[in-house]
Amino acid sequence: MMLAEILSSLFPNGHDVVLEHGLLFGSGTRPRGAAIVIGVDGRAAVGVDEAAWLSRKVLEALRAGGTDPILVLVDSDSQRMSKRDELLGLSEFLAHLAKCLIYADAQGHSTVGLLYGHTAAGAFIATALATRTLLALPGADPAVMDLPSMARVTKLSIEVLKDKAKSTPVFAPGLENLAQTGGVSQILDPRASLAAQLETALTAMAAGAPARASDTRDLLGKERHGRPKAADIAMRVHELALAAR
Amino acid sequence: MEQLNYHHTARSRAKGSRQQAIVGVVASGDLEVLVERTLPDGECEVDIRTSVTGFGDVWRAVVADFVQLRSPGGLKLSVNDGGARPDMVSLRLAQAVRAVAGDRP
Amino acid sequence: MSGALSWYESTARQRLAGLLDQDSFVEFVGPEQRETSPHLPLFDLPAQFDDGMIVGQGRLEGTQVLVAAQEGRFMGGAFGEVHGAKLTGLLRAARELRSTPVLILFDTGGVRLQEANAGELAIAEIMRALLEARLTGVPVVGLIGGRAGCYGGGGLIAGCCSALAVSEQGRISVSGPEVIETNRGVEEFDSKDRALVWRTMGGKHRRLIGGAEIFADDSMASFRAAALSLLHHVPPFTAKTLEAEQARLEQRIARFGRCEDAVDVWTLLGAPDALSVPAMAYADFVVLADQLETSHHDAR
Repeated sequence: MMLAEILSSLFPNGHDVVLEHGLLFGSGTRPRGAAIVIGVDGRAAVGVDEAAWLSRKVLEALRAGGTDPILVLVDSDSQRMSKRDELLGLSEFLAHLAKCLIYADAQGHSTVGLLYGHTAAGAFIATALATRTLLALPGADPAVMDLPSMARVTKLSIEVLKDKAKSTPVFAPGLENLAQTGGVSQILDPRASLAAQLETALTAMAAGAPARASDTRDLLGKERHGRPKAADIAMRVHELALAAR
Repeated sequence: MEQLNYHHTARSRAKGSRQQAIVGVVASGDLEVLVERTLPDGECEVDIRTSVTGFGDVWRAVVADFVQLRSPGGLKLSVNDGGARPDMVSLRLAQAVRAVAGDRP
Repeated sequence: MSGALSWYESTARQRLAGLLDQDSFVEFVGPEQRETSPHLPLFDLPAQFDDGMIVGQGRLEGTQVLVAAQEGRFMGGAFGEVHGAKLTGLLRAARELRSTPVLILFDTGGVRLQEANAGELAIAEIMRALLEARLTGVPVVGLIGGRAGCYGGGGLIAGCCSALAVSEQGRISVSGPEVIETNRGVEEFDSKDRALVWRTMGGKHRRLIGGAEIFADDSMASFRAAALSLLHHVPPFTAKTLEAEQARLEQRIARFGRCEDAVDVWTLLGAPDALSVPAMAYADFVVLADQLETSHHDAR
């Protein structure tokens, strides 16, 4: 689905989301209120400028008060790979964006990611993975690193990597793998109303409100047989640390 | 990956009171040795996992020398090998025995 | 005497021994539990019993702390499923305990590629748990000075900490030098130019540009002192903090966004002889860094 179509389906009653240098901002009308929208389009790389722009939008939403959900639409490249961005401290900018989103969520603005294109590495962590619930459209292709680069770094051929990827979802790029490991909560139906599916997700999030502090992605990864050990190990360390007090 | 396991009798119980210790790192040319005081005083076991296959004879000899020299009675030593040379293996095994004795490194 | 031991040369366990009060460390899910990576065997790679992440509790000058230390020499200190989950669990406990600060001894190249998706998700989960702990008032302090540096997702986690101490040997970056060169060419970044790598990503630059609070010497004693100092001087984490950080970061782009090199940044900061910064000895550099700082910021 193209961005314009996605926005229309998300907000049939209207929206004012604009696209500026690959970055999205605006709001959309929902049945019971509005949603704040930010995002990255056109596979744009996320560098210091982009991250600072996006985090500013999140902080503006926070300042305005209320509890409108924040929707993060993502079709990005990885973080911008450049001398300038690292010189200026890209890690701080990306962390700051994630912080703003996570803080906003803690203040009552449910954060929902909608992955509709590509994303990778640091951009993935700072945008889509910084939301409480990550949804995706079929055809989205998240990655930690592309296979050719992985092949270069691991010194294994792409064929060997593809072969190993048949037996585990734990390393190769792709929506199915990120869903199975618990990162993507749900893959939406593009033929049905995205607005309705968004409302369903938001209702479920509100219902889980007392457990707002719990991140259940590792449990989801265990249920889906994508990450067999993470949830249990985290729980054991958690319990041991409490007991040691 | 290859797993090797050697059981030996030892002259005497390994000194000290510590129940467990760990030395080394699984890095290229290095190994980690986890040592646990879990066996009867006159026994010793060395369990090795290595991705460098075909050196069973070398491991056997290194372990036999180690047992003879250090008398690690009562100890189970578990090794994760990162491709270490025999002299490094001997060093880490010896360090493991000293560590579980409670000797300050 | 042990205070003089090199942080850079030490293993994660040696760092914990050098940092914490003697015999105070209790490990959670230690190596005897043998919770190794379920994924490395597929690649015929050796496992490490603690999967390269040591977590537990100890004391620092009597103050109880939760600690996590990465072993940079095992798989480059990279985040795998078990490795990451240990830190996630520790931070979730910190959030609940509220009263116990957390020290993270970073030494990482980022995500472990053989478990890339698990590593990436672990980093996202760690960041969430870390921030939730900070929201309950828990200080989370990062120490950076190991061989692997603090790259990739590790850099993002570090950016979520309350405060950071970094040594000359430490580096903080999202993309590594080789990755930038492979993607953008050697003209953009020559990964073999060590001086360039350190000017751009190294501890001294991070201290000067505001990416870290304390510049530590490469010793146990110096990191210990830095940790003590940072644990007790941490402001609350609020919307005001985020607003201040937004301003700080925007000002950084405005001031230095057109700089070609770190030397230009340092010159603009007011360093009298920017070219001499890399070679400056520890004590002299600390004096310079304190002089150049326009104001201490409570904005991280």
